[in-house]
Amino acid sequence: MTIELALFYLLSAVTVGCAVMVIASRNPVHSVLFLILAFFNSAGLFLLLGAEFLAMILVVVYVGAVAVLFLFVVMMLDVNFRRLREGARLYWPIGALVGVILLAELILVTGGWAFAGGFETAAPIPSDPSITNTEALGRVIYTDYVYLFQTAGVILLVAIIGAIMLTLRPRGTLRRQDIAEQVHRRPQDTVELRKVDTGAGV
Amino acid sequence: MGEPLLDAVLSILIIVGQILLIVVPLLLAVAYLTYAERKVIGAMQLRQGPMTVGPFGLLQPLADGAKLFLKETVIPATSNKVVFILAPMITFTLAMIGWAVIPMGAGLVISDINVGVLYLLAVSSLGVYGIIMAGWASNSRYAFLGALRSSAQMISYEISIGLIIVSVLICAGSLNLSTIVEAQRGLWYFIPHFPMFMLFLASILAETNRHPFDLPEDEATLVTGYNVEYSSMAFALFFLGEYANMILMSAIASILFLGGWLPPFDIAPLNWVPGPIWFILKICLVLFVFIWARATLPRYRYDQLMRLGWKVFLPLSLVWVVLTSGFLVAFDLLPN
Repeated sequence: MTIELALFYLLSAVTVGCAVMVIASRNPVHSVLFLILAFFNSAGLFLLLGAEFLAMILVVVYVGAVAVLFLFVVMMLDVNFRRLREGARLYWPIGALVGVILLAELILVTGGWAFAGGFETAAPIPSDPSITNTEALGRVIYTDYVYLFQTAGVILLVAIIGAIMLTLRPRGTLRRQDIAEQVHRRPQDTVELRKVDTGAGV
Repeated sequence: MGEPLLDAVLSILIIVGQILLIVVPLLLAVAYLTYAERKVIGAMQLRQGPMTVGPFGLLQPLADGAKLFLKETVIPATSNKVVFILAPMITFTLAMIGWAVIPMGAGLVISDINVGVLYLLAVSSLGVYGIIMAGWASNSRYAFLGALRSSAQMISYEISIGLIIVSVLICAGSLNLSTIVEAQRGLWYFIPHFPMFMLFLASILAETNRHPFDLPEDEATLVTGYNVEYSSMAFALFFLGEYANMILMSAIASILFLGGWLPPFDIAPLNWVPGPIWFILKICLVLFVFIWARATLPRYRYDQLMRLGWKVFLPLSLVWVVLTSGFLVAFDLLPN
């Protein structure tokens, strides 16, 4: 138990530290790299909870795909951070307000749990050791919540189409490659052998 | 009080021993994979390959290693030093940690986890970071272009790899690699899933940035791509990582499609051979395909590579998932 506790504190401390570094570091690429480390440690926390499927999906989806795109954008964009910081003094009261609201909500939720009782009933249902949590999740998602799951899929599809439509612009001069046409070309259609008399030309 | 501590230390020592048992032969295998590659390509091109160092050039990998080790490590002045040094380490480490879940034989695995396949997907999807960090930290146009190409390519082909794996998983009914191998007793999945096996072989070529998809290190246009600024051991780590990744991907292909440690037929002379030997033989077979492709095929153009990934592999593997699940449901063959 003590090893698990130590691991928990280690992982959560690194997660929080990385989260701070995400907003504190001056180099945007470093920010994204710290974000990735934070994702990793959250995956470790999931593993400690016994949610191995969620941990792996977190790594595959967030670290393996989403964060790579972040990194792409941050590397490609030439962000001028000095100019971004100029406005910071103007906006910090709003940022602080958002932070305070979030903190208050967190205190309300955890405080409500701790003081109002019923903590035991609100705790997650102990998992059935006979089935893996991949299977447990699948059983719930594809039966009870199948409509919500499908709706989420449709929303993502709409988002994909939206993103493609935003970046699609007609480019008149573009020459497209038609692989089927190239494959079906025969030598006799395009190559002609001619006997050319000397000095006469073709 | 001393007892639990002693137990903990002992179990850690056992795990370290197991890790060494995997990593040391793996590094040797990487060294001799480079030798095998040069020999095989040499034979295919009617050359002899390495012949000078040792009998039949057998000591060539050691000589290469010593050469890389003795070279000077050059860190470009304009590079981002921490990330620059971190990148080859990440590449190398990621190529190693995948082996934690690879079962060599029945029960012969360091960590027999429930989500082995997802773990491998996660590790291979992380591989892109070593490359993109190297390209960015080098602060060089060529390296950066190579890194961008590589990451786009790896992300694209991961999707088709994921879908191909899904059709195998539907048949096996588990994410545990040992269970997947045991489910192939009698019929290896490369027979019913033959088209997917072919797609998988092509996809792992792209995933490991090997020929004919080695655009990240397209020497004609990018010098050598993301590792152009690296020298000495930092370069060696990239090199080792790339080859270890090839072996890892071959192991995954053998587990998913070629029945892992199972003998081809469960009959007398074949099942005397221990499982790990079969497994290694299958890995060598897939590795030979890697080398064969390198010696045979010309490099793809980048837009053709993307077209192949998104417009050919992705729809085909998606259709195959639907077909497989439809078939299994219709004939009531679903596992469990």
